[in-house]
Amino acid sequence: MALLYSKSHEWVNMIDDTTATVGLTDYAQSELGELVFVNLPEEGDDVEAGTPFADVESVKAVSDVYSPVTGTVAEINEELLDAPGNINEEPYEAWMIRVENISDKEELMDEAAYKEYVSTLSEE
Amino acid sequence: MGSYVPNTKAEQEAMLKEAGYSGFEDMFSCIPEENRLKRPLNIPSGLSEMEVLRKMEEIADKNTVFKSIFRGAGAYNHYIPAIVKSVSTKEEFVTTYTPYQAEISQGILQSIFEFQTMICELTGMDVANASHYDGATAAAESIPMCQDRKRKTAYVSEAAHPGVIQVMKTYCFGSGTRLVEVPARDGLTDMEELETLLKEDPAAACVYIQQPNFYGNFEDAEKIAEITHTAGAKLVMGVNPISLAIIQSPAEAGADIAVGDGQPLGMPIAYGGPYVGFMATNSKMMRKLPGRIVGETTDDKGERAFVLTLQAREQHIRREKASSNICSNQDLCTLIASVYMAAMGKDGMRAVATQSMSKAHYLAEQLEGAGFRPLYRQDFFNEFITDCPCGSQKLMKALENHGILGGLPITENAILWCATEMNTKKDMDDVVTIAKAVMEGKEAHA
Amino acid sequence: MKLIFEIGSEGRKLSLLPECDVPETAVPEKLKRRSELHLPHLSENEISRHYTKLAKRTHGVNDGFYPLGSCTMKYNPKVNEETAALKGFTRVHPLQREDTVQGSLEVIKTISDSLCEIAGMDAFTMQPAAGAHGEFTGLLLIKAYHTDHNDSRRTKIIVPDSAHGTNPASAAMCGYEIVSIPSAEDGCVDLDALRAAVGEDTAGLMLTNPNTVGLFDKNITEITRIVHEAGGLCYYDGANLNAVMGLVRPGDMGFDCVHINLHKTFSTPHGGGGPGSGPVGCKEFLKPFLPGYQITVDDSGMYHYSVGDKTVGAVKQFHGNFSVVVRALTYILFLGKEGIPEASSNAVLNANYMRKKLDDLYTMAYDTTCMHEFVMDLSELKHRTGCSALDVAKGLLDYGIHPPTMYFPLIVHEALMVEPTETEPREVLDEAIEVLRKLYETAESDPESLHSAPHTTVIGRPDEVGAARHPIVRYIWED
Repeated sequence: MALLYSKSHEWVNMIDDTTATVGLTDYAQSELGELVFVNLPEEGDDVEAGTPFADVESVKAVSDVYSPVTGTVAEINEELLDAPGNINEEPYEAWMIRVENISDKEELMDEAAYKEYVSTLSEE
Repeated sequence: MGSYVPNTKAEQEAMLKEAGYSGFEDMFSCIPEENRLKRPLNIPSGLSEMEVLRKMEEIADKNTVFKSIFRGAGAYNHYIPAIVKSVSTKEEFVTTYTPYQAEISQGILQSIFEFQTMICELTGMDVANASHYDGATAAAESIPMCQDRKRKTAYVSEAAHPGVIQVMKTYCFGSGTRLVEVPARDGLTDMEELETLLKEDPAAACVYIQQPNFYGNFEDAEKIAEITHTAGAKLVMGVNPISLAIIQSPAEAGADIAVGDGQPLGMPIAYGGPYVGFMATNSKMMRKLPGRIVGETTDDKGERAFVLTLQAREQHIRREKASSNICSNQDLCTLIASVYMAAMGKDGMRAVATQSMSKAHYLAEQLEGAGFRPLYRQDFFNEFITDCPCGSQKLMKALENHGILGGLPITENAILWCATEMNTKKDMDDVVTIAKAVMEGKEAHA
Repeated sequence: MKLIFEIGSEGRKLSLLPECDVPETAVPEKLKRRSELHLPHLSENEISRHYTKLAKRTHGVNDGFYPLGSCTMKYNPKVNEETAALKGFTRVHPLQREDTVQGSLEVIKTISDSLCEIAGMDAFTMQPAAGAHGEFTGLLLIKAYHTDHNDSRRTKIIVPDSAHGTNPASAAMCGYEIVSIPSAEDGCVDLDALRAAVGEDTAGLMLTNPNTVGLFDKNITEITRIVHEAGGLCYYDGANLNAVMGLVRPGDMGFDCVHINLHKTFSTPHGGGGPGSGPVGCKEFLKPFLPGYQITVDDSGMYHYSVGDKTVGAVKQFHGNFSVVVRALTYILFLGKEGIPEASSNAVLNANYMRKKLDDLYTMAYDTTCMHEFVMDLSELKHRTGCSALDVAKGLLDYGIHPPTMYFPLIVHEALMVEPTETEPREVLDEAIEVLRKLYETAESDPESLHSAPHTTVIGRPDEVGAARHPIVRYIWED
């Protein structure tokens, strides 16, 4: 399944029309540095496209993670609570939440467009 | 005048020149004229060290120092071992700051780690922070630890220290938290009332009780924990650290958070401060703890090392989303508490607790014999309330004339007494003799 | 090094207390502690040596230069320690009747009056225990004021993006929404951004001046006017007061309330993080809201407690960190009206002297006269050599110098913020300048040696990631 990407560096894996997993991109994890903790929402929480649903901590910083979709949290990846480093090691395996009842999406990019977008950022 | 500026006027002139200024006025031209104070400060001229010491001694002498103290109510007169002062006045500890640079702060970091461990041992909890301002602010800051999107209301037992309740109220005014006082009955938190209140409130976040409570009485903390947890709320216990050497720990009672004031652990009463607050909780709530936390790790050569850790909780990183605004801790006071506990050891701590409790019971019996009846018939630690048929202010004055600070007058007819290992049997017998005399004198003149 | 729990042996102890001279009272069975209590078991000698070892692994102001920006690590006078230890101060109970603590009341009254004059305020409370605690207290005053005026629309506090993290965190504790305004290019408040931010929902502004980049904001009168015209109040963060004592007063700049850090500006020791003291001052119209007691004096010279009729209550039990207040009063009496401005003038001189002697090599974030501290921007050095502000800071450790504040304020990348204070002699500044210049050269010639610095300290760089991922926050006994 091809991933879609947001401008705030989250990836979305659409499992079907209304269900998806969400995680952080490789670019995001490398910018954030080694992660030491992940604050995840609770199952049943509503998430809204373009607003934060979690935050990730490195030793000296904390960053919000924005939801690319609007829906309900069906499941959280509890493994990350004990092993936040999974996001650094395998960002595209380390999903953070599974969202269902998706009713809306941000404008998302495909892989080629996201690569292009990231290359413009590193030129700055 | 006094000064701690080492550079002489000539050196200052030379430095100004080298920095590119013709003088101080030139340097301060970066401040708009309209903002400048164009007159000398209206305070006295400076003094020499000898004069200033003399003046401060004069002021200190205007305070009455009592040779014998029977007042507690949040400030307890315990023995302070000589080693405590010796260690806590070491200049390295006194003059350093928050250990931001771990490589040159291992000493202070390790001492905090040791303090955290001792607080965990006393309270039975999994994790303690590097301290808070005092017991009252620790109590107030435990509330946000328990709040979430659904649970907002905080409950506080009316049998807690009124000063602590006041601080909680003030903090709750700030945060907009509803704080409900649970009434006391017979000198204890009214558990039936608590149960009723919690049953009606699905937004109950936490219940705060003090153990032993303000009246000195032991609460049934286990039962209160059960009531609190049944309602889905968290139990915060404010505890006297000395008592924990012999009394059920907050963890044993089922508390989720333990807080308290560390003053009894080697700090002088000193007109109220500085003291130190401690906060401990279970590992599940670790990341909700406010303030500094020290953790153990290794350095680049694999040697044991200590660092400030879990910092992403804190204000300098999380800013308005931080668990608290607290930036500092009362580190020198934690050092005092640690050295005190090391000096006392398990047996010494038990001895202080047992003696304080025993002496309070002796005093209570003797006072009752003299006509000062206890207000409550509950199990108590080292404080208790008696009535005062002769008028509490009158009794206080009579005791003061003998160099004794009596218990705290709660009303004109009730006194909160306190005893510690510092009060000898003779001191207590003296109090009773004076009290009897006042009673008889009053009766004679009535 | 071993922990205090890993030395000594079961049964060792000190002889501290006499036998109990009354019959022992037993703890009721159900209230007895059931679990084991582990505490150290040591002789006095072992305790003394343990802490001497820890002291040797701790760098204080007494051990060397400590130019930690925004923390004012000045010398802590010894006479302060003597006055604070006077029995008349240490052996009085906080709940003694006021006629038996006239000395304590005089201390509080005298220092309040002095701080009012220095800050241009009308009243002070000594209750707050620290700077952040003072901020919280000041914001409570603002909240209480608006509440008293039935003005519930004012829900926002304006904070510049260069502010200390405590500012937004304190405002959040008072239930306020934070409006962060970007700084202008010169590091000062962007007036247009401020004008755009204020409105009917503005409760107040939190600001320090000199600001967090060490500059005096020339527009300060205009800034406080804009906020006042919108109906907001102005809070002065006293973190940087050491630059302007006797020269400029927050009250004269238009601020309504202020906190002062006695542990920075008034020479009381930092104690490894505290106890400090963060008294809060305010203008007359906010005085009724102050927490704790105000001290009044009657015609006969007797001091009395009084409580404001609209008090917010108490932010701490009793009377604040009283022994710290005694130290600060000692300092104020010692310096007096001459010594206080002299201290500030020399704090500013020492900072500008260092700045000038480094600015040909290091990029200054703002290349102009600073106040008591200045900020260097090492991003160019990092880009060119790979050596970051952190690397240079760690390099300083090998020379026995405490590094400047790193990575603050957030608006300057690779920031090092240097605050030498007035109590450092010229030679110490010269030596630090030389070391900083040398480190700059090392960054260019041998960056690897800076990446791995420090080399001479008791430990090397600690594994902070490991510490945060798998927190070990207490010692655990094996039994």
